[in-house]
Amino acid sequence: MAVRTLNNKPIEFDAEGFMTNYKDWDLEVAKVIAAEEGIASLNDRHLVVLNFMRKEFEAKGDGPSIRKLTKESGVPTKELYELFPGGPAKKAAKIAGIKKPHGCI
Amino acid sequence: MKKLLILGAGTAGTIMANKLAGVLSRDEWQITIVDRDESHHYQPGYLFIPFGIYTPRDVVKPRRDYLPRGVEVVMGGIEVIEPDQNRVRLSGGRVLGYDFLIIATGARPVPAQTEGLLGEEWHRSIFDFYTLEGASALARRLQHWEGGRLVINIVEMPIKCPVAPLEFAFLADWFFTEAGLRPKVEIEYVTPLPGAFTKPRAAAMLGDFLDKKNIRLTAEFATGSVDAGARKIVSWDQREVAYDLLVTIPTNMGDEAIARSGFGDELNFIPTDKHTLRSKVKDNIFVLGDATDLPASKAGSVAHFQADILFENLLDAIDGRPLRAHFDGHANCFIESGFNKGLLIDFNYETEPLPGKFPLPGIGPFSLLEETKMNHYGKMMFRWVYWNLLLRGAELPIEAEMTMAGKRR
Repeated sequence: MAVRTLNNKPIEFDAEGFMTNYKDWDLEVAKVIAAEEGIASLNDRHLVVLNFMRKEFEAKGDGPSIRKLTKESGVPTKELYELFPGGPAKKAAKIAGIKKPHGCI
Repeated sequence: MKKLLILGAGTAGTIMANKLAGVLSRDEWQITIVDRDESHHYQPGYLFIPFGIYTPRDVVKPRRDYLPRGVEVVMGGIEVIEPDQNRVRLSGGRVLGYDFLIIATGARPVPAQTEGLLGEEWHRSIFDFYTLEGASALARRLQHWEGGRLVINIVEMPIKCPVAPLEFAFLADWFFTEAGLRPKVEIEYVTPLPGAFTKPRAAAMLGDFLDKKNIRLTAEFATGSVDAGARKIVSWDQREVAYDLLVTIPTNMGDEAIARSGFGDELNFIPTDKHTLRSKVKDNIFVLGDATDLPASKAGSVAHFQADILFENLLDAIDGRPLRAHFDGHANCFIESGFNKGLLIDFNYETEPLPGKFPLPGIGPFSLLEETKMNHYGKMMFRWVYWNLLLRGAELPIEAEMTMAGKRR
């Protein structure tokens, strides 16, 4: 556990860098995390994915798998990898402020 | 007459039928089990077929020989499960009603999920080994293969028996060494996982094994497509791995009947309570083995431990009591490491594989997370145990609940 101040708010992260309380999230926080993950700016397509992930987490208590993202968010797998290089499910979960999806082992 | 219906007469369904036939009164209960064909396959045996250690005869037996008397056996595909009507429609049109339903329809490789996998090169330069046809075709190919780049690729997790691809790599190293071909064979293990396996300590150890055996590990490779003409696999982020011979572990999915029934997840696995094994679909439906969406390994040992738990919970459900037995995610896997040696891992939802002795603490005869000849004998002996004890629901000297006794942190 680590508490960091992002966008003038104290925000708690787990050992792997996932936010522990998704309600502390806002777009400014997302931008800071994204930059740390090597994504310089967030565009509309990033936001489609992030919003889908947050909605899914709110409903199910777990982030979606890549397969589910592709099937239900309308963003094709190849684009997901372009938007979030190096592992969309995990990286997008981090930036979306939700816990590490169980599917990401 | 009350009706208990089991879908699937594989490892999970067969064990369950045997356990329940022993205790449910035949005057009160009709037990029916459905499967699509007459042959029961010992799936862990597929691994040995490409290397000529087992033949198809070693792994296929008549299903009915392993099902108890008094259980009605129905052969046919499943069209749709209708939870609201408590009934199942078979593809031949027959309708089976039930009071309680156990779904044990398993998981299977679906190569059609990956662009380029199925085509002219399927079973020519591209093989699977999780089916009898694939393993047998690969056995014929390996007999005459003269060397080159052998790539073992897990397309996507989760898969059945997640250690089997590693075992395949270890056995391939042994097989080509014995044949005097090893200097002409490059072996590369390409996985979507961050390392050789899912759990940290086992992953580190198995990663070292790959190193020692001169097997190259390429991790975090999410396979997007296969270019069978140019002989390369391509990841979603456009990385490429070239091969001469590709051994693929395709995407695994649950039965299509689950999708038709409208309650599976995106891979047709069934939402299931991870402790009670009751489905989240309806209270009188339970799920067992590979068909569940549980975060446990999809493996025969898991189905076997789950069967002990489900047996107790089903009897509670029949009597209208709360479900008392809790599945802890227990899995127990022998890992064949080549040259007549093997490892053994024992773990559950919470505890990763740890070193120690098994099943008798301090004594063994098996060693956990350690390479020994005895572990190899255990794996080879297990085929007999499977056909003669496990499927029949007999008590084995291993508890359904994982124990820390004999393990070292």
